[in-house]
Amino acid sequence: MNLPPGTTWLKVAVTIMLATAFTAMPAAGASKSTADHSKFKELQQNFQSGPEVTKACLSCHTEAAKQVQKTKHWTWEYLNPENKQRLGKKNVINNFCIAVPSNYAACTACHIGYGWKDDKFDFTVETNVDCLACHDTTGSYLKLAGMAGHVPYKDMEYPPGSGSFVKATDLKKVAQKVGKTSRDTCGACHFNGGGGNAVKHGDLDTSLEAPDKELDVHMDSLGLNFTCATCHKTGGHDVAGSRYAPTAVDRKGAQVRGSEDRKNPATCQSCHGQAPHTKTAKLNDHTSKLACQTCHVPSFARGGIATKMSWDWSTAGKMGPDGKPMTVKDDKKHVIYDSKKGDFVLAENVTPEYIWFNGSVQYTLRGDPVEKSDQPTRINRFEGSPHDGKSVIWPVKVFRGQQPYDTVSKSLVILHTTGNDDASYWKHFNWEKAIAAGMASVGDTFSGKYDFVKTEMTWPITHMVAPKDKAVGCVECHKAGGRLEKIEGVYIPGRSRDHLGLLDTAGWSLAALTLFGVVVHGSLRIATRKKKD
Amino acid sequence: MTTQRVYIFKRFERFWHWTQAALIIFMMLTGFEVHGTYTLLGWAKAAQLHTNAAWALVALWVFAIFWHFTTGEWKQYIPTMEKVDVMVKYYVTGIFTDAPHPFRTTPLIKHNPLQRLAYLFVKLLINPLIWISGFAYLFYRDLGAIGLGGLPLAPIALVHTAAAFLMLIFFIAHIYLATAGHTPTAHIKAMIIGYEDVEDHGAAPAGKSAG
Repeated sequence: MNLPPGTTWLKVAVTIMLATAFTAMPAAGASKSTADHSKFKELQQNFQSGPEVTKACLSCHTEAAKQVQKTKHWTWEYLNPENKQRLGKKNVINNFCIAVPSNYAACTACHIGYGWKDDKFDFTVETNVDCLACHDTTGSYLKLAGMAGHVPYKDMEYPPGSGSFVKATDLKKVAQKVGKTSRDTCGACHFNGGGGNAVKHGDLDTSLEAPDKELDVHMDSLGLNFTCATCHKTGGHDVAGSRYAPTAVDRKGAQVRGSEDRKNPATCQSCHGQAPHTKTAKLNDHTSKLACQTCHVPSFARGGIATKMSWDWSTAGKMGPDGKPMTVKDDKKHVIYDSKKGDFVLAENVTPEYIWFNGSVQYTLRGDPVEKSDQPTRINRFEGSPHDGKSVIWPVKVFRGQQPYDTVSKSLVILHTTGNDDASYWKHFNWEKAIAAGMASVGDTFSGKYDFVKTEMTWPITHMVAPKDKAVGCVECHKAGGRLEKIEGVYIPGRSRDHLGLLDTAGWSLAALTLFGVVVHGSLRIATRKKKD
Repeated sequence: MTTQRVYIFKRFERFWHWTQAALIIFMMLTGFEVHGTYTLLGWAKAAQLHTNAAWALVALWVFAIFWHFTTGEWKQYIPTMEKVDVMVKYYVTGIFTDAPHPFRTTPLIKHNPLQRLAYLFVKLLINPLIWISGFAYLFYRDLGAIGLGGLPLAPIALVHTAAAFLMLIFFIAHIYLATAGHTPTAHIKAMIIGYEDVEDHGAAPAGKSAG
């Protein structure tokens, strides 16, 4: 064996061991499938469009489109059974890009369908379902904003007028290599919510495509290597877990095969049960009041990518010295001002805020009254209390901002931002026209008078689960001014505001008095003894 | 005036006393850290060691209770009011004028009447308060099993803290009064080596005979 000088046998041994370890490790996403799609005759064709591929898929997977069409991923609509609010991406107004209507062609790059460019989209056509958005394994299937969910079918300039070009998608290759969903496919949209990487959630960004153990103990790409669907276990294309009706509290034990299915198999408890701490049993006492995430997700935006913390639309529209739209970056190269969008605050390694949460979420929808005040309008109110018996303390990201509302009808408004028409805000920077177009797109009216109102949107923090030795330590809450300082309704040993002031005062006073008494008594004894001597 | 060497505290008794002393001091230190009064070991460590020390004290007590009952030593704590006034008077005036100590320690009556009352107070009030609230604290999520499921942690912690303050006050007074024997070190020496040099100046044993 020829070795470079200075190579020790130890080094060689370690190298061999490592090499063996890596060879023994199954490749990420290694398929155990019984079908090799590249051998299917249905897929031996040069597909001209996405719907053609879907047609081929459906020739075998006859029920797939029907299943997909029942889900939120398809309808972008959700009727909250509890309060009858009509939610879903199609209906809610948020404080990021504000709303989907009037901006379909851009937003529906993240729709699992083809052709949703306006409100005339036919949701019943099965070939409109985009199978590849979720089942691509090549990483080459890119739905681009502005193309209503289609991918480039020929080489094209993108964005239009930019001078950059994108290549046509090799649909045949993508179709022949379909497989299970992956962190990449889910992440293509969910890591980029809010218009860019890490913008929206805070606990979901592209750092989770191949995370290490520190970033996410389950998705650790060299370890457990979970995909999203490992927890968000999907049946009949219906993906478990919902932000509109979250499972805030799960009191069931770990799910055993054959046991009754639970509503949401994506909860921590569905694998870990109710008493997961074996070494320090006292920690199990916390589960009646705390979501697992409260300790196990110590901070979000932990993967080195900053998330947006606030977005102030009221400052949008300022032009650069050349009279053209501009962007301003901070010293970390984060865009903190964009003429199209206003001011941003971004942050990494953010400590969450904590609230009591019982799973009920109440949205402020278009038409719901809003009032300009120092008290922000809550886009989505997470409900809960220490006393309702069904809440636990949850970590959340609170996204703050200012956004337009109609000062006459007192309603949040839809803003038409995208597109090349003369009402598009990002093209012409005219608030009245852009709001009028946005509202008209849903058949609503705009008084013509607008102002900006402070808003808050709450996002549950549940991903980026740290290894247990990096979980939030006891003292981070068990002290004055800790993480849970503002949480009402629990006694936290060590949090001084829970002390009964009178007891502490009386206790220390009496102890001091006793000490004083014995010191005086002792001194007198010494003094009188000296005299005798 | 002669002195007499009397064997007061048996080996187990001394072991029990000092182990208990160490545990209680340690638990006061860790307990008030858990309470949020200061940072010494770090909260997590303080809480863990406080619990460990509690279990050690439980074990010690199992032996101590067994010992007290099998040896009849429990009778040392039967309260008496007899000569309490004499003891009080000694602490208030006599001790400063070199008056003779009014109580003579014997193996049968180890504690002066004030000590009897004080220790009884510890055993019947402070300790039960601490143990009951302490176990409720430790097992508060399982209180439902004894029908106290709705009991929040706050009142439990409150009682536990109050009892801790009582213990602290007892502790201060106890340490000082340990120096108030026939000589400043007589009590302490007796608790270490077991023997006390008792001055034979004719003072009658106080309290009822335990024998």
